[in-house]
Amino acid sequence: MTAMLDHTPKMTHAEVTRDVVATLQTPSRGYYLALFGAIGLFLVGLGTFVMLLKEGLGLAGYNPPIFWSVYITTFVFWVGIGHAGTLISAILFLFRSPWRTAVYRSTEAMTVFAVMTAGLFPIIHIGRQWIFYWLLPYPNQRWLWPNFKSPLIWDVFAISTYLTVSTTFLIVGLVPDIAAVRDKMSGWRKKLYGALSIGWTGADSQWRHYTRGYVYLAALATPLVLSVHSVVSWDFAMSVIPGWHGTIFAPYFVAGAIYSGIGMVMTLVIPLRKVLKIEHLITEYHFDNLSKLTLLTGSILFYAYTMEYFVAWYSGNTFEQTTFWMRAFGPMWWGGWTMIICNGFVSQLLWFKKIRTNLTALFVISIFINIGMWFERFVIINSLGNDFLPYAWGRMNPTWADWGILAGSFGWFGMYFLLFARTFPVVAIQELKEIIPMPRRKRGAH
Amino acid sequence: MAKTVSGVLASFKYEDCAVDAIKGLKSKGFKDLTVYSAAPNHLIEEALDQPVSWVRAFTLIGALTGCAAGFGMSIWMSLDWPLLVGGKPIAAIPPYVVLGFELTILYGALSTVAGVIILSALKSLKGRPFKPEFSDDTIGVFVPCPPEQRSTIRLFLEGVGSEEVTEHGA
Repeated sequence: MTAMLDHTPKMTHAEVTRDVVATLQTPSRGYYLALFGAIGLFLVGLGTFVMLLKEGLGLAGYNPPIFWSVYITTFVFWVGIGHAGTLISAILFLFRSPWRTAVYRSTEAMTVFAVMTAGLFPIIHIGRQWIFYWLLPYPNQRWLWPNFKSPLIWDVFAISTYLTVSTTFLIVGLVPDIAAVRDKMSGWRKKLYGALSIGWTGADSQWRHYTRGYVYLAALATPLVLSVHSVVSWDFAMSVIPGWHGTIFAPYFVAGAIYSGIGMVMTLVIPLRKVLKIEHLITEYHFDNLSKLTLLTGSILFYAYTMEYFVAWYSGNTFEQTTFWMRAFGPMWWGGWTMIICNGFVSQLLWFKKIRTNLTALFVISIFINIGMWFERFVIINSLGNDFLPYAWGRMNPTWADWGILAGSFGWFGMYFLLFARTFPVVAIQELKEIIPMPRRKRGAH
Repeated sequence: MAKTVSGVLASFKYEDCAVDAIKGLKSKGFKDLTVYSAAPNHLIEEALDQPVSWVRAFTLIGALTGCAAGFGMSIWMSLDWPLLVGGKPIAAIPPYVVLGFELTILYGALSTVAGVIILSALKSLKGRPFKPEFSDDTIGVFVPCPPEQRSTIRLFLEGVGSEEVTEHGA
C-alpha cells in the first residue's frame, strides 16, 4: 500500500484533466512525421494487395510445402501483440495493480488495432476475398455447415470474440473520459465528444452500474486473454507435423503473446509519452513494472524453447529430432538463433534495475523483442519445410509481395494508433483520479 | 426541453464535506439525491448506501445464453449434415467446448454492457442540473425538493462546506 501511494502522481484532479486534455490539442511535428510514415507504409501494403488481387497469390512466396508463409507468421505476430492490452487492463485490474492506470488505455487501443491488423491476414490469404464470409457458420446451397472440429473454425470464433470484447472494453473505459474531454472543449469538438459520451454525467446512478459492469467485463476478458492464443496455438498443435504437435504449445504461445505485446507497448509508449508531453504521468515506475512482466514472460518463453529441444531429444522420435536439429543448424539456422537470442537472452537483461529504468535501453530491448517474436512464428512455420518425407522438404521463399504486406500491416496498425492518440485520451483520466485522493477539509476524517 | 426539476445544487471541492452533506440529507429524509463525481468514490458510495447493481443478472443470463448457443449451434449444425470427420462422433463435445466458451464470453460481455446502459437509463436525469466541473475536480450534490424547502437546504449545504449552492426550478 505504501509503495502504491509513493508512486501516485503528485497532482490534483484538475491537473490530471488539464494535462490529458492537452494531448488532444495541436500535435507536434514529430507526431505528423510518424503519422505520414505510417500512412506511407499502409499505402505500400495497399498497393501490394491490389497487385495480389490482380495477379493472384502466386506473387507471394508460396512454395511447397510452405504455402502460407510470411502472412501466417505476421498474422500470429499481430494476434500476439494484441495480448498485452487485455492482460494489463483486465487481469491487472482484477489484481488491483495501481500501476496499470497510466498505461492501460494505450495498451487497450494497441490490442484492438493489432487484432484488426491480424484479421486482415486470413482474408488476404484466402485469395478470393469477396467470399471471406464462408468462414462464418453460414450454410451453402446444400446446407453444408463448417466443420466445428477444425481448429481453424475455433480460431474464427476466438479472434472475433476477442476483437469484439476488447473493443467493448476499450469503449466502456473511454466513456467517462470522453465526458471529461467534452466538458473542457468548445464548438464542434464539444458537440462531437458530447455525442460520443452518450449522456455520461458521472451521476451516482451511472457509476453504480458502471463500476459493477466493468468488474464483470474484466472477469470475462481474463480467461479470454488466455484462451485466444491457446486456440491460435491449436491451429498448429492439433496437427501431427513435427515441431508443432506439442502439448506445451498453448502456455508457450500465451507467454510469448504477452511478452511480444509488452514489447510493442514499450516501443509505442516510450516515444509517445515524449511526443504528447506526458512523461510525468507515465514514469520510470510504470516501465519498471512492465519490464518485470516482460522478464517473467520472457523467462517462461526461454524455458519453453529449452523444453521443446529437450522433448524432441527425449521422445526418441526421429522426425521431431530432425526438425529441431534443422531449426538450429539447418539452412534457416539464422532464424532459429535470432528467435532464441532476441527472446531468450535479451529478456534476461531485465534482471537489472538500471536497465529496467533506462528508457533508451528499454526501447532498444523492445525492438529486439518485436524482431524476436516475429522470428519465433517464422521459425515455427518453417517446421513445415522438414516433415516426414525428405523428398517433400522445401524452404520458404518470401518475395516483395510478402514484405509489402508486412510493411503495410505496420502502417495500418500505426496509422490507427496515432489517430487514436490524437483523438482520445491515451491516459485514463477517471482511473488516475480514482487513485489520487481528493482533498479533505478535516484532517484524518473518515 | 425537459422541465427543470425543482431543487438545490451544491458544489464541493472537499470530499469529506460532500460525504457529510449526503449523510446529513439522508438523515433528514432526502432519498432521491443525485451525486456527480469525476471518478467512482467509495466514501460517496458508502454514504449513499445503495443496493448492489443488478448488472450481474444481465451478465449471468447473457453468459448462460452464450454457452447454450455455442454448444447448441455446433451440435445442431453437425447433426443437420452428419459428416464423419477423423472417426470422431458426429456431435463431439470436447471440440465444441471452445465454441461454447467463446460464445459464453461474447454474450456475457455484450449483455453486461447492455445491462449497464439499461439500468443507468432507468433513473432519468432529465431536468436535473449539471455543471462541467463535476467531470473535473468537483463533487456535485443535487437535492430535489419543493420550492419552499430550498432555502433551508441551501443553508444546510453552505453549513457543511459547499463552495457554491444554486437553486433550480420554477
